[in-house]
Amino acid sequence: MHEMGIILHLAKTLEETAEQEKIKKITRVALEVGEVSGIMTDYFEECWNYFKKKHPVLEASELELITTPAVTWCDSCKRTYPTVQYGRTCPYCKSGETWLLKGNECIIKEIEVED
Amino acid sequence: MKIIELKETITASNDRDAEVLRGELKAKGTLLINLMASPGAGKTTLLERTIRDMKDELRIAVMEADVDSDVDAVRIEKLGAKAVQAHTDGMCHMDAGMTRRALEGLGDESFDLVVLENVGNLICPAEFDTGAGKCVMLLSVPEGDDKPLKYPLMFTVSDVLIITKTDVAPYFDFDFDKCIERARKLNPNIRIFAVSAKTGDGFEGWEDWLRSAVRNWKHEPSIIQE
Repeated sequence: MHEMGIILHLAKTLEETAEQEKIKKITRVALEVGEVSGIMTDYFEECWNYFKKKHPVLEASELELITTPAVTWCDSCKRTYPTVQYGRTCPYCKSGETWLLKGNECIIKEIEVED
Repeated sequence: MKIIELKETITASNDRDAEVLRGELKAKGTLLINLMASPGAGKTTLLERTIRDMKDELRIAVMEADVDSDVDAVRIEKLGAKAVQAHTDGMCHMDAGMTRRALEGLGDESFDLVVLENVGNLICPAEFDTGAGKCVMLLSVPEGDDKPLKYPLMFTVSDVLIITKTDVAPYFDFDFDKCIERARKLNPNIRIFAVSAKTGDGFEGWEDWLRSAVRNWKHEPSIIQE
């Protein structure tokens, strides 16, 4: 359900860009997806393949998903560590005073277009 | 072939629509509140009491967003406030476009306060800007004080946290101090109220905040960049 909502917005953002830049065909869309963004990548691709057919400018596009690592900051020992491996507890000092620095984002990195 | 670097968030088109809607509402002097919480946290019950208390001083309308049914809108209309039911067609959240359509459903009447009761869910609604002037979230005592740890984004984007159902606190191990500390760590500026819609406890603070939020929205100069 969530993936569908995100795809709708992604398609809209891309269509607006295409209109502004007078792009007729987008051939590749590269997304940076954070490890803990909550986006399920296989489902996301399936949704994309279904949706792109409804948008002529996106129809021929390939989706490239680039997973970016999640990093957590420990406020007790002032170090960072990989979130997925250790979760909320700092592996160095066992503190729970930690928060996510990055890894929950989803960014359109670049698009490849036909000249 | 040409590569264009975008570096835009995936919801950029929604963010733009939301900004435009917020500007229009500001010009009209209508404060839109995006009310978010889990299913059963007491959104509609909080609104019922708030409307009863404030309907003589503010023109209030409610937009009920649900995947299906109109039970909530019916409850609000019984109190004499204008209500519309917005269906999200299966979507787990409201976005700026759906919010605009729901607002159109309210007609030409003008309101001081419109509350968008978002879909019951602590995840997706936090990710989509609806164009609201303020975001208010509820957390009910039975849900537990650990929710800021589990759903940090919701607590980060909200201007106000209302802890609801305080009347049942004796039956649960809800640690208010811990909950507040966790929420403030994520969002140092969040305003926090603890209320019981059943007894009316704590409503004064919440309603005072609401009153001044509506007043400020009408009279403060626009901070939105043209």
